Amino acid sequence: MNAVSLILMNFRRKRIRKILTVCSFAVALFLFGILAIIYDAFYLPIEIAGADRLVVQNKISLIMPLPYSYRGKLKQIDGIDLVSYGSWFGGVYQDERNFFVQFAVDTETWNDMFPEFIIPPEQWKAFVEDRQGCIAGQNLVERYGWKIGDRIPLKGTIHQGIWEFNLRGVFQGKRASDDTSQFWFQYKYLDEKSDLMRGYVGWYYVHVSDPGRAEAISDEIDDMFANSPYETVTETEKAWTAAFIRQFGNIKVLLMSVGGVVFFTLLLITGSNMAMSIRERTGEIGIMKTLGFGGKRILFMVLAESLIIALAGGGIGLFMAKLFAMQGDPTGGFLPVFYLSSRNILLGLSISVLIGLAAGIIPAVQSMRLRIVDALRRV
Amino acid sequence: MVHVNGDNKSDSLIQVRSLFKTYTRGNESIEVLKNLNLDIDRGEFVAFMGPSGSGKTTLLNLIGGLDLPTSGSIVVDNDEITGISGSKLTDWRARHVGFIFQLYNLIPVLTAFQNVELPLLLTGLSKAQRRDHVEAALSIVGLEDRMHHFPRQLSGGQEQRTAIARAIVSDPTFLLCDEPTGDLDRTSANEILELLSRLVEDFNKTILMVTHDPAAACQAHITLHLEKGVLIESSKVVCE
Repeated sequence: MNAVSLILMNFRRKRIRKILTVCSFAVALFLFGILAIIYDAFYLPIEIAGADRLVVQNKISLIMPLPYSYRGKLKQIDGIDLVSYGSWFGGVYQDERNFFVQFAVDTETWNDMFPEFIIPPEQWKAFVEDRQGCIAGQNLVERYGWKIGDRIPLKGTIHQGIWEFNLRGVFQGKRASDDTSQFWFQYKYLDEKSDLMRGYVGWYYVHVSDPGRAEAISDEIDDMFANSPYETVTETEKAWTAAFIRQFGNIKVLLMSVGGVVFFTLLLITGSNMAMSIRERTGEIGIMKTLGFGGKRILFMVLAESLIIALAGGGIGLFMAKLFAMQGDPTGGFLPVFYLSSRNILLGLSISVLIGLAAGIIPAVQSMRLRIVDALRRV
Repeated sequence: MVHVNGDNKSDSLIQVRSLFKTYTRGNESIEVLKNLNLDIDRGEFVAFMGPSGSGKTTLLNLIGGLDLPTSGSIVVDNDEITGISGSKLTDWRARHVGFIFQLYNLIPVLTAFQNVELPLLLTGLSKAQRRDHVEAALSIVGLEDRMHHFPRQLSGGQEQRTAIARAIVSDPTFLLCDEPTGDLDRTSANEILELLSRLVEDFNKTILMVTHDPAAACQAHITLHLEKGVLIESSKVVCE
């Protein structure tokens, strides 16, 4: 027997209560994991958005188009080294519940504009050479079991009719947080087949050579098209993504409120369990002190017990959340980036440790201060 | 030898001088021990008797360093323990005192072996050395065949013998026993008392025992009576 096994021996008593406490930790940390995944799904795109990319959209609304002719004008602005464009398609694959993002993209510039997406060159070449070609992200391909060469029909909701595409490539993300649930096809195909967007694009992406000048260039762009029928609003991709996410409401406050309530409840449960557990062992603590176990050693043992419960429960909960995340987005595409990051696992474990310490500190200090004669009277 | 008048100048193992202990509850002060003097030599087996509330356990707690006196001094083996506090007193207790309680006070989730090993975790002994000490202690109390049993699997007498093994495993200077037979049947109580006597006779241990039981007191070399916080007489209780 040693100090560690002595602490572990205490898990032999009141096993059901200990298991339930561990379970309450596990449930809370599982919930934390899910909230963290949802949080990341909304806010990670803001974090990873390129600081050197600007989004130019119609000042009225994102759904209003911009003239294709702006492309040439944007290229002439000093500090802009690449201009690309895209447009929302909004098609339905088999069933309306099968939601995923579909963009009509400029094949000449898109690949250079988004280097975070990795596409084998021969697949990109095949895509460019096929007017009905399309490229899908790894996540999307796995979700629907597609393989290169498959014919993929989409029912247009904005652009009416059945649109058929040939899957020519699959892209991966360089980071786990890159959204690989997108579907790209040639802008030229959209331009040819639909009258709705002929001569127009949804928005422009602009790459600036010096991110430090992003604000000045944004102003220059908007000034250039001021007082025209198609005025623009230009923002960094980060600000644009943030504004887009704000449309859903204050997700951050919602998630934090739910998380806060859960953890406060957990603290009460664990704290009262620890207090009960230590109160029941007052006599034993008195005996251990009698035998020569000092106050600090007792404090350490009680805190260690609380921490073991917290870490065991937290670890199980986070592991379950990780397993859940590995099954993929359960919302059918609403949360395209659905994974539990190492950062959040560490954060979850840190929260477990903090709650374990907070729950254990009062009984631990009480045990440390407990007078032996008082403890022995309670035996 | 045991003296209660406080004028003994010998180098007794335990020397108690002008000891007072007063508890305060609200506005009320309760004087539990009043000007108590005591000298106990090494190898003595002393029984303390007296009515409930007379201060027997309080005296034992003070000599064992579990509580601090209101005034007076206690010197054990030349250590003035009333001047020690905090962690030093804890260390002193671990080295010098073995405690035996009425209700055994074993840790229920530990086996007999582990309960006896507990005080040794505070020493620098290796695992093998600890095992040797524990086995030796359990052998002295006759429980070598029960060392892997949990307290709930032992009889009351066996539990108390385990507690005695725990008290002697670190070879303390003296043992303090607070009604060690109070929760046992006569047969088991006699076994425990014989064991305590053997520790004195064979291992020259010094034992201070609080008891209400004359049959237990008769095993001691001398019995001291406490009444209202005062040691009033010393005598040898004769066994019937």
